[in-house]
Amino acid sequence: MSEPAVVARELTRTFGAFRAVDRVSFEVPPGEVFGFLGSNGAGKTTTIRMLCGLLAPSSGSATVLGLDVASRAAEIKRRIGYMSQRFSLYADLTVEENLRFWGGAYGLFGAEIARRADWGIGIAELGERRRALVRELPGGYRQRLALACALLHEPPVVFLDEPTSGVDPEARRRFWDLIDGLGATGKTVFVTTHAMDEAERCHRVAFMHAGRLLRLDTVPRLKQLFAAGEIIELRCANAARALARLDRAPGVSEASLFGDALHVALDGPSRRAEVVAALEASGFGPVAAETIEPSLEDVFIRVIREAEREAA
Amino acid sequence: MLRRTLAIAVKELLHLRRDPRTAGTLVAMPILLMFVYGFALSFDAKHIRLVVVDQDGTSASRDAAEAFLRSGYFDLVAREHDPRPLERLFATGRAQAALVVPYRYADDLTAGRPTTLQFVLDGSDSQMATTILGYAGQIVASLSPLVRVGAATGPVVPLPLVWYNPDLDSARFLVPGLLAFILMVTSVIATALAVVREKERGTMESLRATPMVALELLIGKTVPYLLVSFFSAAGALAIAYAVFAVPVRGSLVWLALVTLAFLAVGLGWGVLVSTIAETQQVAFQLALLSSMLPTLLLSGFIFPISSMPAALQWFTRIVPARYFLVALREIVLKGSGPAVWWDQAASLVVFGGLVLALATARTLRSL
Repeated sequence: MSEPAVVARELTRTFGAFRAVDRVSFEVPPGEVFGFLGSNGAGKTTTIRMLCGLLAPSSGSATVLGLDVASRAAEIKRRIGYMSQRFSLYADLTVEENLRFWGGAYGLFGAEIARRADWGIGIAELGERRRALVRELPGGYRQRLALACALLHEPPVVFLDEPTSGVDPEARRRFWDLIDGLGATGKTVFVTTHAMDEAERCHRVAFMHAGRLLRLDTVPRLKQLFAAGEIIELRCANAARALARLDRAPGVSEASLFGDALHVALDGPSRRAEVVAALEASGFGPVAAETIEPSLEDVFIRVIREAEREAA
Repeated sequence: MLRRTLAIAVKELLHLRRDPRTAGTLVAMPILLMFVYGFALSFDAKHIRLVVVDQDGTSASRDAAEAFLRSGYFDLVAREHDPRPLERLFATGRAQAALVVPYRYADDLTAGRPTTLQFVLDGSDSQMATTILGYAGQIVASLSPLVRVGAATGPVVPLPLVWYNPDLDSARFLVPGLLAFILMVTSVIATALAVVREKERGTMESLRATPMVALELLIGKTVPYLLVSFFSAAGALAIAYAVFAVPVRGSLVWLALVTLAFLAVGLGWGVLVSTIAETQQVAFQLALLSSMLPTLLLSGFIFPISSMPAALQWFTRIVPARYFLVALREIVLKGSGPAVWWDQAASLVVFGGLVLALATARTLRSL
């Protein structure tokens, strides 16, 4: 197997007394779509900024394509693409002007710029609107254009920081089709998100919480944290109050609200009838229970609660 | 290196094209200001309201009054035979100046005795009064060597001889100052805003992730504004020539080079401001205050440095317009070569180098 595209070893960044990223270690092999999942403030952006050479680590180390982020940031910047969380396009320039500018900023020129700009317009599906000003484009197209701008210099590794925030679900799905395509062509994609449906599309997912990396694995293996039949979906009257009742119920390890239903993780597959009976006895009946495949969110919630219990 | 700088420069020009207001301000402002200030900031007094009090009533006394009116500086508002109404005329503001021709004026002249014309002035605007007094002295000197103004004593009559600006036309004196003022203000503001805009919009983060280094970014950002400012400077000089008849006596090449050095200081200053300010609004205020006030007050543009208190004189050394102004006046008004003003140009170059180095260092840290 070839050298990992990204390596972090005990990577740490503090701001004053606050540890934004706390001893995070992982390896990302080339060609992987690597998901960095966590809520706001979990340390995702800080990690990405260190990996892109924009922020010096306080301790620990990291390499991108074998280059140390602390000492060889300039070389790294030439070989990576970065799509920041903030808007990276110039709204008062046209689609084509933006592509040409970012191409130039990465040192492309002449025929190369023209060729790659055409490629970018194709990726962003803006063939007819290449002379449109960016401020006139819908959000989904802007996002695709921003990605195209980060890929003009054909970097083997791309870092995408919450690339789909503020974009409608259909545009998000199409954006992820693009990411899948990048992975298929052997590019390493490092993407942060707090959307579970997006994380499901990654090869491997890292759970970040309060600066710590809690768990890192493929999606199917993360879901194996639960035994078969261990997760059930309950539908009953007044789900919100039923949730409070389940918190102290025997046989229940986790319970959380999903829309108007409850997702309940059981201590074992055999305890399902016991839980249903307890709810019905408390007047929440009739209760419909169904065994479900655990979602990534179920896993995420369990991992975080475990971590918080350990810390407490 | 060159490609990335060029990419930034081209982008800045595109921004300017898409934003006609900023571009228009950069080009039209200097020319407009040259017009406005050129007329309004004039220290020349014209249409001074004059009262003639002729107590003599002879043809000689009428000649004296006529000489004042012919000069073109004075408008006659009243003709009196008695000085008593003067106080009321001054108090109501109808008169700014009065010429009093005494009894026996013609007799004294005919007899070859020295004689005196009294010239009364409203001194509430001292600058204006000084100017008017200067005019009066010239006019009286043209009448007869026997006539003196006011209470001057002694046989020595000053004979002013003014070089380079023989009419003491204030436009000639002001135009170089205006040019410095306008260039300083526009170059500092344009650059500061151009850099801070990237921070405010969030594009700076993406720029930082490219292989671009701070120097490339700064050069790419400033050169387009340097060019635009340079052309508006040329426009302002053309206006000065066409409207205020201020010729450029010296070499245009030297003028261009010294102007470029001065602009480099302004642009560096703008970048320095951008490393402190986080929003365009703050950048604008900071740029305006730090460039406009010192250039206006401490450069010798309006108030001569030599008449400032010593502490303030020392402070003017860090006002770049001070050096530019001296060199500019030498080149524009006198046509002097570099031998005369090389020290001023050298100061500008050193100053520019320091400001740019500091700006680059701060950009590296704060970007």
